[in-house]
Amino acid sequence: MSKQRKAVALISGGLDSLLAAKLMIEQGIHVEGINFYTGFCVEGHTHAIRKKDKKKPKRNNALWSAEQLGIKLHILDIIDEYKDVVINPKHGYGANMNPCLDCKIFMVGKAKQWMEENDFDFIITGEVVGQRPMSQRKDLLPVVVRESGIDDLLLRPLCAQNLTPTLPEREGWVDREKLLGFSGRNRKPQMALAKEFGFEDYATPAGGCCFLTDANYSKKLVDLWQARNKKEYELDDIMLLKVGRHIRPQPHYKLIVSREDGENKFLNGYRKQFATLEIKSHNGPLTLVDGELSDDDAREAASIAARFSQGREADNVSVKFTRLNGEETMLDIKPMPASEIKEEWYV
Amino acid sequence: MSNHELDARNSLCPMPVIKTQNKVNELQPGDILTVTCTDPGALNDIPAWCRINGHEVVETREVGSEVIIKVRVGS
Repeated sequence: MSKQRKAVALISGGLDSLLAAKLMIEQGIHVEGINFYTGFCVEGHTHAIRKKDKKKPKRNNALWSAEQLGIKLHILDIIDEYKDVVINPKHGYGANMNPCLDCKIFMVGKAKQWMEENDFDFIITGEVVGQRPMSQRKDLLPVVVRESGIDDLLLRPLCAQNLTPTLPEREGWVDREKLLGFSGRNRKPQMALAKEFGFEDYATPAGGCCFLTDANYSKKLVDLWQARNKKEYELDDIMLLKVGRHIRPQPHYKLIVSREDGENKFLNGYRKQFATLEIKSHNGPLTLVDGELSDDDAREAASIAARFSQGREADNVSVKFTRLNGEETMLDIKPMPASEIKEEWYV
Repeated sequence: MSNHELDARNSLCPMPVIKTQNKVNELQPGDILTVTCTDPGALNDIPAWCRINGHEVVETREVGSEVIIKVRVGS
């Protein structure tokens, strides 16, 4: 009896990686999944910070995929190692701050390392030729193979018939005839295959699974780097870019104003890391202050924060300003009129 | 069999799952790991991770704003 071969599947939580893994399982391959957490992942829980999104299912789609497939899933924290991919992408950025090609090279390289450490035979991904403009162009797929060092141990079951046979195909570990020849951006073949396999309620994230493909998020990241005059970040920085209104009235400070209760609770967890503005005389948002404020700045910032409170039309709103060292100042302030909050302040 | 504690407060999913996974990898079958989280999403994700990786959730409860999940490590 021939040895059962083992494949490690890159599971994003989307439909394509689910189908690719399923095709391998159908061929008798032992499949286990790995999922990378970069900090930029779009997950239900990040959205669920906001109360308005609470009705959305709070599931992790990669775990959901693994459960549908009946396979183990290993979630790898690559937050620190991933910084270099985001900050110095050799192949540049896509339409926004998405370094998709470098990202794919990095992830396949990490998967190769995991494969070798855990005695697996090859890697599979849900890539489809021509589906994505940067990381899945036919002329760029070999770049991923070459620069990740995976050589011909990377199999793309959904589009393998459009590509040169890999080692698993040549050695007969998998039957190439049963692999597929999907290409392009049309999603109908995937949807039909999902139906055939009985997969329902799979994730269909608009705009992909990474915040770096989002124009608004990317703008906030660029603003962060410009304000600090250097390209660097910590996990808390990039989490906070997902939450609240970001308003930069002056180059040396930015306000993060919560939009509702869920965000208020989330921002509350950062009280020890940021100066804060709290509306005391009316219901209103918690505001984090990123930067050092003079007394005049504090009054300006308080009047902006007050604008987003229920006292926005009042003559006077009480705002507690707490500096990072714990020093508290009560400011009685007139909320800034909406017309004076400049459009360009919104990051 | 021994009992262990994991503090996963103030981290958003999937970090509580990753912390649970990494801790479980250090433990022996039958050991009990009690995980304390503040992200309610952990109530779904840690049990899902346990189901697919062969571990048993023996108790989940919410205490104030915290979620406590007790896991028995599988073989």
